[in-house]
Amino acid sequence: MLTYIVRRLVTAAFILLGASFLVYLLTASSGDPLAEFRASSAPNRQALMDARINLLDLNTPPPLRYFKWLGGAAQCVVPFGNACNLGKNIAGQPITEALGFALVQTLTLVTGATVLAILIGISLGIVTALRQYSALDYGVTFMAFLFFSLPIFWVAVLLKEFGAIGFNDFLRNPEIPPAVALGIGAVLGVIAAVVVGGAAKRRLIVGGSVFAAVSLILFYFSLTQWFRNPGLGPVIIAILGVGIAFGVTVLVSGLKNRKALQSSLIVVGIGVIAYFAVQPLLNDATGLMIFLLGIATVLVGVAVGYFMGGFDRGQSMRAAAITAFLVGALVVLDRFMQAWPSYFNNSRVRGRPIATIGAGTPNIQGDFWIMSTDTLTHLVLPTIALILVSLASYTRFTRSSMLEIMNMDYIRTARAKGLSERSVIMGHAFRNALIPIATIVAFDIGALIGGAVITESVFSVRGMGFLFIDGLQRSDVNPVMGVFLCVAITAMVFNLVADLAYSALDPRVRIKA
Amino acid sequence: MSQPTQEEEILAQQALAEAARAEAGIEVTGGLSQGQIVRKRFFGHTGALIGLAVFAAIFLLAFTSVGAFGIPGWWKYNHVDVSPLVNDGVPTSSLWPLAWGEHPFGQDRIGRDLFAMTMRGAQQSITVMVLIGAIAGAVGAIVGGLAGYFRGWVEAVLMRLTDVIIIIPVLLLAAVVGQIANRRDEGSWIAGFASNNGVVILGVFLGFVLWVGLARLVRGEFLTLREREFVDAARISGASNARIIFKHILPNAVGVLIVNVTLTMSAAILLETALSYLGLGVKAPDTSLGLLVAQNQEAFATRPWLFWFPGLFIILICLSINFIGDGLRDAFDPRQKKFKAKTAVETARHSSTTAPVADASKGS
Repeated sequence: MLTYIVRRLVTAAFILLGASFLVYLLTASSGDPLAEFRASSAPNRQALMDARINLLDLNTPPPLRYFKWLGGAAQCVVPFGNACNLGKNIAGQPITEALGFALVQTLTLVTGATVLAILIGISLGIVTALRQYSALDYGVTFMAFLFFSLPIFWVAVLLKEFGAIGFNDFLRNPEIPPAVALGIGAVLGVIAAVVVGGAAKRRLIVGGSVFAAVSLILFYFSLTQWFRNPGLGPVIIAILGVGIAFGVTVLVSGLKNRKALQSSLIVVGIGVIAYFAVQPLLNDATGLMIFLLGIATVLVGVAVGYFMGGFDRGQSMRAAAITAFLVGALVVLDRFMQAWPSYFNNSRVRGRPIATIGAGTPNIQGDFWIMSTDTLTHLVLPTIALILVSLASYTRFTRSSMLEIMNMDYIRTARAKGLSERSVIMGHAFRNALIPIATIVAFDIGALIGGAVITESVFSVRGMGFLFIDGLQRSDVNPVMGVFLCVAITAMVFNLVADLAYSALDPRVRIKA
Repeated sequence: MSQPTQEEEILAQQALAEAARAEAGIEVTGGLSQGQIVRKRFFGHTGALIGLAVFAAIFLLAFTSVGAFGIPGWWKYNHVDVSPLVNDGVPTSSLWPLAWGEHPFGQDRIGRDLFAMTMRGAQQSITVMVLIGAIAGAVGAIVGGLAGYFRGWVEAVLMRLTDVIIIIPVLLLAAVVGQIANRRDEGSWIAGFASNNGVVILGVFLGFVLWVGLARLVRGEFLTLREREFVDAARISGASNARIIFKHILPNAVGVLIVNVTLTMSAAILLETALSYLGLGVKAPDTSLGLLVAQNQEAFATRPWLFWFPGLFIILICLSINFIGDGLRDAFDPRQKKFKAKTAVETARHSSTTAPVADASKGS
């Protein structure tokens, strides 16, 4: 095992050397960094050119310059050396500094989108595999193909137009005409009827009730101008919490496990009480505090599950912990909604909250909630665009993986010995279907940093992709190399992680040392 | 229980095979060549057929309307001509009554015909796509085939080369390559050729970047196939390496190759449009679908049609290629069968009477 890892790392180092040499030469030959001065008629043209030649060391031919650059880059490998030198960009800024800033921007942009895309994609894939060749399956498959074929820059422009400008105009006077409310209700009702499956009567009942509920809620929102002053309040949190408790219990342990259901419901009760207790605390929240509170919430759930016990203590603990986490998320969501009016009326925002470009409103002032809301409103559009584009591959992959597993003999065995459908799917099929997905996810996380070039450029986020494209357009080699190094190293590390994870998850796969 | 005779055993096995085939929903394909079976399955795939029809229609429309390779087309405008604005550039085509009009897709601000521009862009995208598919497929097949068949140092060298290229993210490499392909500042022959056929250069360069994934797949396929008995048989009967590769291994690996070339082509369309959108692919005054979207996104509020039509064509081309690829995968891969749970349960019930016989015969 250890020899395998060491061998992989040594090979990776050589591949990295070769690839970086290639990229360096290609970038250096892709254009002329002095082009803008050659065309200018400024009197100090020669001085400017000399300054840039000095700065970027252009008199050295590219292959030699690469080795100079490599000498600086090699110092990054020395631990605690603090002598990392990746050169400077065309404006004289050290690349390490620029990379640090860009990395933060890119990670904020892609993390949420990737996590959501994985979660939604895997759930859709499983549902479509379980309902193979149903209307739902055909619909999702077609949507997957469609999303797969969407150019992200095109989606982004549409989102900007309808998601941001349209929604902001709507917020000026948040009244939903009755016909529109009924229409939205009808569409969601039809979707619910398709999703729920089963007999026609069941579909009708579910579809009809979803239609009625959605339309009524929209009427209520319109009457109370909810979109201007949103909020959940303890009553709604309690109702949603009970729903969550039942849903989580169904998935984790089945409703027959009464102890698990009881622990989840107790957690919801604690959550509603905690809602009142934490309000003053949340008023001067920080990111760290929210994080610690989140951990505490999960621990409370685990503890409740542990003390309730039952014939399967693990299931109760899991169900209660997941419920606790989700109820905690609801409380935080409610607090965000409380901050919404003051964000909406902020002098910098001026009633147009959903932003089309950038990563934050310039010069905005406010407490933690205002600032976080600002980040979130800027993240909404790129996140939706990224999810739409990357959803398809996860859905298709999970579906085929799940279908393959469902045809295995051990699934038949599990059914034959009388297990409930829930434990066949969640316990036997889903877990095994996740093994190949785990490797795909590891690959994707590795490619995450370099993968959002177009999204960043459309939404004017100054992340890694921007650094790269900007460097390339000015024929500036050092930023391109910096981005490439980060991307290639993460990709290779996660490729290794994917292989190790596969052999750890699937005992049939053994690594040959 | 008496021992089953030889004949009974064969009959039982045949029944079992029949039942398995019925269970799997695979049509009985006796007496057909591999090509015939694949064609039959492909033409039974509705999505793939629709995809093929849509793609053929777009292909014909794009290449005949504004003309290509110096041959004039039937449409009266081209992508650079400026004509006076008709109806302020609003599209003149309508579905009811079905009419075509002077400028069916409208005009841009200075009066260029959007239909001609979109058709020109679709031509460019299809050209790039086909070039990428052909070059990446050929290089991938050769590299992967050589590495998988000869093993040893050939494999070591070729696969390390593949590793080097594969860790550079495709978009990053393609952007660098696109930038080089678009260099106009030097007087070399490549710059002279590129100024006339920029899109061809782009397609060729991208093709030499995108073969790596295909090479890995083909190598894997060759590695398993070269261990099969029919390859041993061919070798013992004195077949040369070339004959084994082209007559015995390649026909069996061609399914994987074709399917993945198709999928590479659908990714290539999006890559080309994205590069052009970023300003690293096709550049003005020539046009491409990605470039049209990039040029017209600011005008969405005033002239939305400038934005809708090029985007629509990107999606249509990409979607039809994806459906064709899906159909090809189903056609080439017998494991990806149409599996109806309900009928499978019923046939399994019917065939369960024959199964014990077969089991008994195996035990004897």
